[in-house]
Amino acid sequence: MTALRNILLRREAGILVMIILFCLAVGTQKPQFLTLDSLRIVLLLIPLILIGAMGQMLVIVARHVDLSIGSMLGFSAMVTGMMFKFHPEIWWPIGFLVSIGTGALLGLINGFLVTLFRLPAIIVTLGTLNLYRGLTYIVSNAKQIDRQYVPTALKSMSQTSPIFGIPWIIFISFGVALLTYIFVMHTRVGRQIFALGSNPVAAPLRGVAVTRVTLLVFSISGALSGLAGILYASRWGFVNPSNTGSGFEFQVIAAVVIGGVSINGGVGTVLGTILGVLLLGCVAAALPLLGIPGTTQSAIYGAVILIALLIDRTVRQQGIKSLTRARA
Amino acid sequence: MSAIHTPATRDLPPARPRWQVIVIRPETMTLVLLIAALFGASLLSPYFLDVGYILRSFTLSAEFAIVALVLTMIIIAGEIDLSPAANMALSACLFAFAQQAGIPMPLAIAIGLFAGLVMGAINGFMVIRLQIPSIIVTIGTLTLYRGLAQVIAGDKSIRVPDWFIGINTVLIAGIPLTVLIFIIASIILGVVLSMTIFGRQIYQIGTNEVAARHAGIRSQRIKMSLFLLMGLVSAAAGLMTASRLGSVRYDLGLGGELQMVLMAMLGGTYIFGGRGTILGTFLAAWLLVIVSTGMTVANVPPSVQLVVQGVLLIVSIIATNFIYSRTQR
Amino acid sequence: MLKKTLLTGLALSMAMVTTAYAADPIKIVYIGKNTGNPYFDSITGGFEDACKSLGCEFEFVAPATAEATSQIPFIEAQIQRGVNVIAIAPNSPDALNQVLDTAKAKGILVLTVNGDLVGNESHRDATILPVDFTKTGPNQVELMGSMIGYKGDIAILSATTEAPDQNTWIAAMNDTLKNDAKYKDMHLVATVYGDDQPEKSTTEMEALLSNYPNLVGVIAPTTVGIAAAAQVIQSRNLAKTVHVTGLGLPSEMRDFIKDGTVSAFQLWSPYNEGWLAAHFAVGVVGGTIKNEVGGTFEVPNLGTITIADKNAMNTQAELTTFTPENIDDFNF
Repeated sequence: MTALRNILLRREAGILVMIILFCLAVGTQKPQFLTLDSLRIVLLLIPLILIGAMGQMLVIVARHVDLSIGSMLGFSAMVTGMMFKFHPEIWWPIGFLVSIGTGALLGLINGFLVTLFRLPAIIVTLGTLNLYRGLTYIVSNAKQIDRQYVPTALKSMSQTSPIFGIPWIIFISFGVALLTYIFVMHTRVGRQIFALGSNPVAAPLRGVAVTRVTLLVFSISGALSGLAGILYASRWGFVNPSNTGSGFEFQVIAAVVIGGVSINGGVGTVLGTILGVLLLGCVAAALPLLGIPGTTQSAIYGAVILIALLIDRTVRQQGIKSLTRARA
Repeated sequence: MSAIHTPATRDLPPARPRWQVIVIRPETMTLVLLIAALFGASLLSPYFLDVGYILRSFTLSAEFAIVALVLTMIIIAGEIDLSPAANMALSACLFAFAQQAGIPMPLAIAIGLFAGLVMGAINGFMVIRLQIPSIIVTIGTLTLYRGLAQVIAGDKSIRVPDWFIGINTVLIAGIPLTVLIFIIASIILGVVLSMTIFGRQIYQIGTNEVAARHAGIRSQRIKMSLFLLMGLVSAAAGLMTASRLGSVRYDLGLGGELQMVLMAMLGGTYIFGGRGTILGTFLAAWLLVIVSTGMTVANVPPSVQLVVQGVLLIVSIIATNFIYSRTQR
Repeated sequence: MLKKTLLTGLALSMAMVTTAYAADPIKIVYIGKNTGNPYFDSITGGFEDACKSLGCEFEFVAPATAEATSQIPFIEAQIQRGVNVIAIAPNSPDALNQVLDTAKAKGILVLTVNGDLVGNESHRDATILPVDFTKTGPNQVELMGSMIGYKGDIAILSATTEAPDQNTWIAAMNDTLKNDAKYKDMHLVATVYGDDQPEKSTTEMEALLSNYPNLVGVIAPTTVGIAAAAQVIQSRNLAKTVHVTGLGLPSEMRDFIKDGTVSAFQLWSPYNEGWLAAHFAVGVVGGTIKNEVGGTFEVPNLGTITIADKNAMNTQAELTTFTPENIDDFNF
């Protein structure tokens, strides 16, 4: 038991060390990277990814994958945006309910397809990725929601708040992370997700309502994508049917995997995922600062992901070796 | 006489009639969808039913289709490769860069093909030796290769010499050359997969790798050869695309990995390995081309096309899963 | 008597033949860069209204994404549909060469609208550009200068590194700054690229502010870039110290102009491009306009248009400058 815990502990520490090393390395070239201003930039880059990563973490831990989060983000953002545009008389915070609700519904559909027809999630969500994106175009008639329709109060949530001037959006995203942590550590359903992911065959024998838990996990992923949707409108000030959410799933999955969540399910921590998101945020913020042209940025992302995975694989293998040695 | 206990015949489930085995399979579903799509497309637009036009439209996806055939074999073997489109781009960029720098054409082509082989080897090494799940490796290499292509070509296009352009316009018996290559590749790979020992072994590895290994099948070697083949074929496809477009950019084939996986899935290939056929992927490639061409020539907005593609994928895997679960041998 | 019947019969048949020819409406298609892009909605509006008055048939199609090759299947489809005119806003300077040649070989008039195939002009018949692109750079530098008192550090926030129009303007801006004595106290300290994506443009803008604390102005000759830059300035309340200007859409910049974040910016009228393109196309196909360099023709509302070098036409001579005073006059 202690051996296992030591390994996990080492995993998060490993990511933290990577973050510190990276920031220091960049700091030697550009000292302004180590300022509060820089921290603000990083923190502003990550809220959407952090929220999406919390949902995706649960999905991957349950041994599934959700590739449609970007399209769910786009669709819910568009629906909410259209509400703002065509019904500005509605009290704008209702937009949160609309966005989260729409996302949850889309996630539920994903869940149904996976559980009812016993289909691999990766393919289902590949299909719904296209489906929901197409619906976003149709519902909006391929028109974007311009800046003047997004309520100013919503936009200012990404700019400031009465608490030290830190934008609300940052509090919301870390709040979601905290809630996820509580959910995972202190509720029965949260633990059941881990049980389901580590051994889907044994789980029902141990009283896990597999169908219900799976539906829940996908709905949460959808709901959080919905939340990210309305926050997209808040952060960038507009909603566009082609761009909003496009590519989101890639960034989120990268962050989750870097954060130590195993693609085989059953393993992962909220802290690790947060650190994974932070690392990606630091890299994303540092690259333009270092003047690295956009053309090399993707290569760097790919390299970072590969390195993180290699580390993950080595650590896991060491862990397995030490476990088998301990038993012998 | 014997103490051997033979099960009473009535305990066994009745053998499935032979016609059922032949007809009720995922490929039939693909064929049915294909015919339905042909009908639908002709109804949608009077401009559709023109054999020359349909063949020309296929050339736009022929390169992806050829790679999708090899991808099918990799998926059957229990792995996946999402990097081929990026491979195409990088090989093409290296080739174009080389020939622009003055290196003679045959050597430049060889460089491109060799680069593809190396990329396939990298994938294979990480999956087989380092034992990282192939989906992760190839997502990583897909970004890496694409990024390297960006580094080499920047945001510019690299031209290829005029005589190299237009491989897709060469017609043999009225069929564009790239389409013909696709048909021939399908026949060859189909024969290899279904009628050679190598092919049978691929299915066995995909069904249960541990059992296959215990049965003496050299799964590592077979998988590695598949990744190498994929690398080589992707590079060749990249060069064909370069010829079709007349120039090479880093974003060559962007999004192609999705299309290839789509072709394999629509063809009834089982994502977890062990099942699938070249015939299925072959039909699925035509299905996809017919559906998208039919909608484009009818000026159907891209939003609807996305919805149709999404629904098509979901419906086809529901049907595939259904057929597989019913026909458990 | 017989002669009369014969003559009337001849006249009648000639009338029928000519009306039969005239009755075949000219089919024009405009292929945009991608769907969901509000900019092309304006151009399409110009096309549609022109075709309403001219009697041509018009359709707008666009791919889902703005990749270099995404328009190829659309061009092939339009050739198959037998259109007379293909107008396109190209996503790539050369990836479309082969397919456009096929179109021209079939007798289709190929026009590029809003952007050209730089270096590959032989693959299209003519191009409609919004303004004289060579004047855009100097115009923008002048506007920037007027805001900052003609001295200080400035930067350029562009779109993608390959976009030919961007490179034309940036080169001209560099030229103007170097050679025109009026701007000798303005220093261009950086040129960064936001790839026409709001997220990337935002981070590049924030990096500029971080890297160059003495920055007083940013020119963003891209509608995505200027909106992102203005947003950053607005959230940090830096409108007094850092001036943002560039090419922007009134609909996207209205908020920023009204609250003082941006004092002025420029653009042209995309609507007029569509209007001009449709008139030109109908004229050429119908035989009333000759597509020759140096030729001129009249277009209602736009006056006389000259066909310049490389068969290029501009819808207006100078950029339109938008200010808090006139911003509400425009609805695109």
